[in-house]
Amino acid sequence: MSHLLSSFCIAALFGFGLSISEMINPARVLGFLDVGGEWDATLLLVMIGALSVTVPLFPMILRRAAPVLEDQFALPVKSKIDARLLLGAAIFGIGWGLGGFCPGPALAGLASASPNVFLFVAAMLAGQWLASRVERP
Amino acid sequence: MADPNIVGGFIGGALIGVSACLLLLLNGRIAGVSGILGGLVSSRVYADWRWRLAFIVGLVSGAGVYEFFIGPLPLEIAANAPTLVLAGLLVGIGTRLGSGCTSGHGVCGLARRSPRSLAATMIFMACGAATVYLIRHIFI
Repeated sequence: MSHLLSSFCIAALFGFGLSISEMINPARVLGFLDVGGEWDATLLLVMIGALSVTVPLFPMILRRAAPVLEDQFALPVKSKIDARLLLGAAIFGIGWGLGGFCPGPALAGLASASPNVFLFVAAMLAGQWLASRVERP
Repeated sequence: MADPNIVGGFIGGALIGVSACLLLLLNGRIAGVSGILGGLVSSRVYADWRWRLAFIVGLVSGAGVYEFFIGPLPLEIAANAPTLVLAGLLVGIGTRLGSGCTSGHGVCGLARRSPRSLAATMIFMACGAATVYLIRHIFI
């Protein structure tokens, strides 16, 4: 039970952070991506703010034998930079540039009850499901 | 240059970083939103759907807390409905194939010094910038 409560509360903090930093706002994100126009540095500041916490703390946390509430860490196992990774990142980038939404802000943005956010999230779920059908176990 | 949100950006970014650290420390998981969501949207069944769902509900609730205490969510969507659908499909497919998004690769992967995440982050940022450039400066 406690791992569900922690997951919920930690995600709430994440969603609050996305809101207060305005990363939930596609206009801010597109402004960052618009390097040829009125460039908006906010996303860069958010990345610096986040990485200044995670870069020093992740290695310290990972020195533990196990996390607090679970038996073991569940970390990504792939290490090779393959075509699938590069193609996926490119497709994601194009979609990100089209709408200004990536998965975290889009989901958090559901709190606004805006029909456009629901539309994006529905399409994103469909895209995930489609891609999951070609996954190898 | 547009006016950046300096204070909100740093504070919000730090909160996101703290949140990613807490999820790793307590739950032993990477705070990658597309990956967490992906376990709920799959042709295969994941046994650990409960914490994933709790995370998604928490994410929405956090934005709800902002709305309740601070004000309306800053949300300016310029894209029309068909564009949003196409964008959503591409983001869904791309994050699945590429095993992550801005949070998983950008915030957590770089902190893990993962070469895969560095490559993915550079590519999705470059492709996002190229897409915006084409839309704003070439086609319109």
